[in-house]
Amino acid sequence: MKDIIIQLTQKELRVRYKHLSLGYLWSIANPLAYALLYFMIFKIVMKVKIENFPIFLISALFPWQWFANSVGVGPMTFLGNAPLIKKVNFPRYLLSFVAVVQDMLHFLASLPIIVLFLFIFDKSPTLDWILGIPLLCLIQLMLTYGFNLFISTINLFFRDLERLIQIGMTFLFYSTPVVFDINMVPKEYQQLIVLNPVAPLIISWRDLFLNGFINWQYIGISMVWASIVLVLGQLVYNKLSWRFAEIL
Amino acid sequence: MTSVVTFSHVTKSYPLYHHITGGFKNLLFNLPKALKEMKSAKFTALEDISFDIKKGECVAFIGRNGAGKSTTLGLIAQVLKPNQGTVEVNGRVSPLLELGGGFHPDLTGVENIELNGVLLGLTRKEVKEKMNQIIDFSELGDFINHPIRTYSSGMLTRLGFSVIAHLDPVILLIDEVLSVGDGKFQQKCYQKMQEFKDRGVTMILVSHNIYDIQRICSRVIWIENHRIKMDAPAEEVLTEYKKHYCL
Repeated sequence: MKDIIIQLTQKELRVRYKHLSLGYLWSIANPLAYALLYFMIFKIVMKVKIENFPIFLISALFPWQWFANSVGVGPMTFLGNAPLIKKVNFPRYLLSFVAVVQDMLHFLASLPIIVLFLFIFDKSPTLDWILGIPLLCLIQLMLTYGFNLFISTINLFFRDLERLIQIGMTFLFYSTPVVFDINMVPKEYQQLIVLNPVAPLIISWRDLFLNGFINWQYIGISMVWASIVLVLGQLVYNKLSWRFAEIL
Repeated sequence: MTSVVTFSHVTKSYPLYHHITGGFKNLLFNLPKALKEMKSAKFTALEDISFDIKKGECVAFIGRNGAGKSTTLGLIAQVLKPNQGTVEVNGRVSPLLELGGGFHPDLTGVENIELNGVLLGLTRKEVKEKMNQIIDFSELGDFINHPIRTYSSGMLTRLGFSVIAHLDPVILLIDEVLSVGDGKFQQKCYQKMQEFKDRGVTMILVSHNIYDIQRICSRVIWIENHRIKMDAPAEEVLTEYKKHYCL
């Protein structure tokens, strides 16, 4: 099992970087490019009043990108591995797991950038990171894996899902406090943020990276969401996985 | 002798999925009709199939295209599940299905071997130890370090067979693929299969080449119209089969 996970992860990384001459740099360049874009729009053009905007932005954007990438490839996780699924019998959910782990590795590889930005803005990592990062990684792994498993399974049967995901992710992005702060939301709507499965997690990441503390309240809520999504994804997968080889 | 593969009253049908993959729109606008079609529109690939394969037996499935042979192998490899009846398999299955070998076109031969071996239940270390043997057997030379999208179908078969032949198979499944290898390599494969036979490996293959079947297999199961038409020693079935199709 351990060997399958390592081998599949290697495979994904190889496939992803095979044709790219800059290879691994892209895992950092991609989120930074988005950061630059949002910085220009929200800080320079719209003049949002948030201090230290660059570090404010990437402290939430980097974890968001992990989530968005893993969920975004969801429709293709099983579809893109059709030859594997049709030829050998192995636990197929590992494909989902590996897809998410891979994006987690990219996220971890981008952490030095966050530290660098902290220093630029006269801040520094705190001791809370030692517990906070593994804990939040675990929660995000559960949540993202649950989403990916659900989407990749359903997409085999309803290919339209792929389109819906693209729209859904845009909605989700703008209803998650990445480019804005939760406190900018009018008071009467702030409570609603807990209905967004990703928002509590992203808020927790930002509090950890930017403000240096573990926000137990939001971590608790994101843990609940992660568990719900994980169970839902696994249930759907268990119900339908035996039909994968015949539908592909 | 213990049974390694047991089918009892197996029926396998495929829903005709295009009704669903037609998308949400079709589904929503014709909901009752769509649901009814989903339940009724089926293609039955196998109907009430029962057989029993003992350890060390070498069995071939013959029959016309679309008779259900590949579905049978899929069921043994446990990538498919029966709708009715039960399939019991004891022992690790090494399947070579659907033009074997390749798992990802962008991976090289070596990388595909690693992935294949691990997915078939070996550890990474074991695969590494056998790597040289596998590469030698495949005779792919420098191509082994090239992406397999550059391979011909014969080369893919070489890759696929070389891998499963070196992974200590217990039950070997081979689906027609050998026919695309060149003569010399086919010889090599049959030699290897003869070795396996002597070692007591159970082999199950689908083939259209009657002469190859004659050489390797002691038993043949003839599938026609999704049912077993004949299940007997190779000579008997092949004689009947030839007569039936005037070969």
